[in-house]
Formats: sequence, C-alpha cells, structure tokens
Amino acid sequence: MNFFQIISEIEKVDPEVYDRLDSRRSVFKHMSGLGQKLTAAALPLAVGAIFNKAYAQTPVGASVNDVLNFALKLEYLESYFYQARMAVVGGFNTNVTASLALIATDEANHVTFLRSVLGSNAIAAPTAATFDYTAKGAFNPTVAAQYLALAQSFEDTGVRAYKGAAPLVMSNKTVLTAALNIHSVEARHSSQLRAIRRSLATSGTPAPSQGIAVAPYSAAPKSWISGTDGGGAVPGATDAIYGAGNNTNAPTGITFDSEANITQGNVALSGSTITAAASFPTSAFSEAFDEGLDVGTVAKIANMFSVSGNYFG
Amino acid sequence: MSTNHNSDLLQQESRVDQPLYTPIKRRSFFMYAGATAGATALVLAGCSKSDSAPGMVNVGSGDVGVLNYAYALEQLEAAFYTQLRTGGYYTGSTITAAEKAILDDLYYHEVIHRDFFKAAITAAGATPIMALTPNFSSIDFSSRTSVLGTAKAFEDLGVAAYNGAGQYITSATYLYIAGKIVSVEARHAAIIRDLVSENTFVGNDILTISSASNSSVATNNSPSGSSLERSMSPSEVVATANTFLADGSKLDVSGIK
Repeated sequence: MNFFQIISEIEKVDPEVYDRLDSRRSVFKHMSGLGQKLTAAALPLAVGAIFNKAYAQTPVGASVNDVLNFALKLEYLESYFYQARMAVVGGFNTNVTASLALIATDEANHVTFLRSVLGSNAIAAPTAATFDYTAKGAFNPTVAAQYLALAQSFEDTGVRAYKGAAPLVMSNKTVLTAALNIHSVEARHSSQLRAIRRSLATSGTPAPSQGIAVAPYSAAPKSWISGTDGGGAVPGATDAIYGAGNNTNAPTGITFDSEANITQGNVALSGSTITAAASFPTSAFSEAFDEGLDVGTVAKIANMFSVSGNYFG
Repeated sequence: MSTNHNSDLLQQESRVDQPLYTPIKRRSFFMYAGATAGATALVLAGCSKSDSAPGMVNVGSGDVGVLNYAYALEQLEAAFYTQLRTGGYYTGSTITAAEKAILDDLYYHEVIHRDFFKAAITAAGATPIMALTPNFSSIDFSSRTSVLGTAKAFEDLGVAAYNGAGQYITSATYLYIAGKIVSVEARHAAIIRDLVSENTFVGNDILTISSASNSSVATNNSPSGSSLERSMSPSEVVATANTFLADGSKLDVSGIK
C-alpha cells in the first residue's frame, strides 16, 4: 500500500491533512515503530489507527480507541482466566483440555493483536491480580463445572459486547472488519464451551459434540442461545448476560434487547414472515439471532470480576 | 476498461475515503462522497455492458445489495438443510440423537434467516432477488462425510462472508442485524466442525493462528498469530457459492463495493 499516495489523495480534499496528523515527521516515526511489530498484512490497520487518531470524533459517546481499549480489557479478563485453567482441581478430560488450550491461545492472540492496533494508545497491561474470578466469593473457579460455566459466561458476554460495539467503529472499515473477525471467534468459543458443558452434564460422554441439550439450557445448553437460556450458566448471577441492555445512548435504530427477542429490524419472526413457521419450535426464533449489549451494561457485568469493582468503567 | 483496473481504482477510492468518514465537516464530506459516488457510477456505466454476465442474478448495490447477498447465501443454506432432512444420512439409522438435534436446529435457523431477509428487504421498500435454484449434485445426502463436510463448508463460508460484507453496509441498523446473524453462523460452524472432527471448532484454516490471511480486500486481512476470522470478499465467496447454484441462479456481486 502506498502511504504517500494516500496522504496526497487526502490532501486534495482536505488540505489540512498534515495539520490533523501530529506532524509529518511524528507520523512516520510512529509508522516505523509499528512496522517492527506488525507484518505487512496488518499495516492497513496501523495506518487506520493513525488516521483515526488524527481524525478522531466521538460517535455516540465512545471513540474508536476507547472501544478498542474496552475490548482489550475484556480480552485480558478472558486471557488471564484461561491461563488459570491449570488451577482447576482434578483437571479436565483430554478433549476439554485440548479445547481450553485452543481457546487460551486465541484470547492471548487477541490481546497481542489489539495492543498492536492501538499502539501507544493502548491501556497499561493489567496483571492477573486485577481480576477476581470468584466475583467476591460468588463462584469457585477451581471447581471444573463452575470454571466451564464462567468460561461460557465470559464468551457470551464478549460476543454481545463486540456486536453492540460494531456500529461505534463502523466509521473505520479496517477496525470494523477486525472487530467482526474477533466477534465470530468468540462465538465459536462459546459454541464449544456450551457443547462441552452439555456433554458433561448429560452423559459424561467424552465427545463434546455428542451431548444432548436439556431445557431450560442453563446446565446443558445448546451451542446457541435459546431464549435467555434459563438465566445462563449460573442462573441468578448470570441473568444479566442474557438480559436486555440499556438503550439510553444506543445508536439510532438500534435496541439492546434480551436474547429472547424475536422481532428483528421491525420484522416479527412468526407465521406471517416465516413460511414453515407452523412446524418450528418457538425457541428457534430467538436462537436464530444473537443480541448485542451496550458498553455500560457489559462494563457492569465485567466489573463483577474486577477487584476494584470499576476496572471496566 | 479491464476488471482489474476497475477494482484497483475502486480499492484506491475506498482507501482514500475511508479515513474521511468522520473527520471533515459534514457538508464538505457529503460533497466529496457525492463526487465519489458519481465517479463510481460513471466507471460502472462504462464497464457494465461488457462486464455483466448474462443469466446471472445481480444482487444489486448499496445496503440493499448486501442484504440481497446475505439473502442469497441464506437461501443456499436453507435449501441444503431442507434437502438434507429427506436424505439417507438424516433418515437413516446411524445418525446420533445429538446430530439430529443439531441439524434440526440448523434447518430452523437458516429457514428463519432466509425468510427474514426476504421480509426485511421488502419492508425496506426494495426488491428481493428471485428464489434461487440450488445445484447439490456434488453432495451425497446419504453419506455422513459428505453431508457434514458440506455443512462445514457452508457455515464457515457464511461467517467469512458476513464478516467481509460488514464494511460495505452504511446503515448501523443493518450492520447490527448482520452481526446478530453472523455469531449464530459461527456457533453453527463450530459445532459442525466438531462433528466432523472433535476440537476443530477453531483452526488455522479459518483463523489467523499460525499464518496471515490473504483476502484480495486488504481490510479483511490480519497477521499471523492474531486469531482473527479469515473474512472473505463477496467475489471470493460467490466463487464457491456459485458451484452450488444452478445455471441462471449464479450470483453477480460486482455491485457490492
């Protein structure tokens, strides 16, 4: 990609482009520093980050960097949690051990990636001591079943958080696409943890994919979210993860509904719109769509696992 | 004008106008955006006669183009799971209860997605594309390997397609709805992949775990060791999707940009 050409193209329509950047020299200094950390494939992202810094405007109360730093905090919450999997008493069977190792790698990679995108704008790296996975004694994450329930909770929260934040970063297509490309990975993780939990809950079968889901899906969930999943992995404590968000600062046209929502884009999913609906179980209509959450609601959920109680804002 | 030159031009345009979305004062931004759209239309007008393929289904342009693109992919998936349920593997005796339950849910979800898009496009005052005719002659519906292998291909393709199309959506509402669907497709993909082979819910073939991604659209790409989904451009997606569509139903997505 020709960085000089881009600058010059922008200059044609925005003669002040150089003023918007800190200064010509500092941008290239920034570029060369980033270049050491990033491969060529990631360069457009780095450039996007620089322009974003230069042109930053606050969409609906959160700048792109703020959104990315919030995502980074959530990735740290997940990453340290998977690093702590060895503390689980008795460990896990072979399949589960392998699954958790794969997920741990992905979350650590997400941390590295977001840090590289944010560069000097990234938050200071938290330590494991920033987080309290017992949520002040509510959970015991050294018990295998609770550990897996918490893992599902974190992944589902992550999916809702990235989804809710996507419209906040859509002004930058590179950042948007990267966020979407993390969002779907979190959904894959959630799917797997749900499969593991239902296989262990029903038959103890060693193959995670062969478990049978049991309504109301809190203990033996489907791979997708059915209604509000009976309050989630730990009913009561995790209700908010599957509940409605706060629409106060929502972008126009967007509402943060509970996972049980069955009206999408003003289209009611029922017999009038779905040809074969009569033969479908009603649960399918909520399962077919996931729902997003606003930053404030996600922060509230995540802060349950913050020692300070306000790490997530 | 050659297609390559055309796409280079457009790529340059999108790179240039990308950082200008928020920055410049609203009025001047729209003037610039208007000029770009006009230039694009001219470029397309110059190319359309020689480039348009006869007998193809053009999904259109703008947000409606993306919605119709999604509608097309959901039609393909829904048709696959519908036919699967009458096939030998599903109706046979070797399928497990877990597999049957999963395939039932996938059928429900994809039919709901398909009919949702048709209704949503109509509600937006636009015209949905026609009902597509699939060509599943390469699939052996009595074979577990063939059925699950194809499901895996469709679900992974769907995730990569939605992720790669988000950048072409201008309405926050539609982007958000696409996000609501893509995570469900990712959940599908993960469990289907595990049915094919346990613990393949993620892997370097679909995520940038040990190698970088290389879509023809730069915004889709991320470096090795980042564990991001490998999203795909509409033209990359239909290169695969069209092999499962009959002549006269193959997709032209050149309007999405």
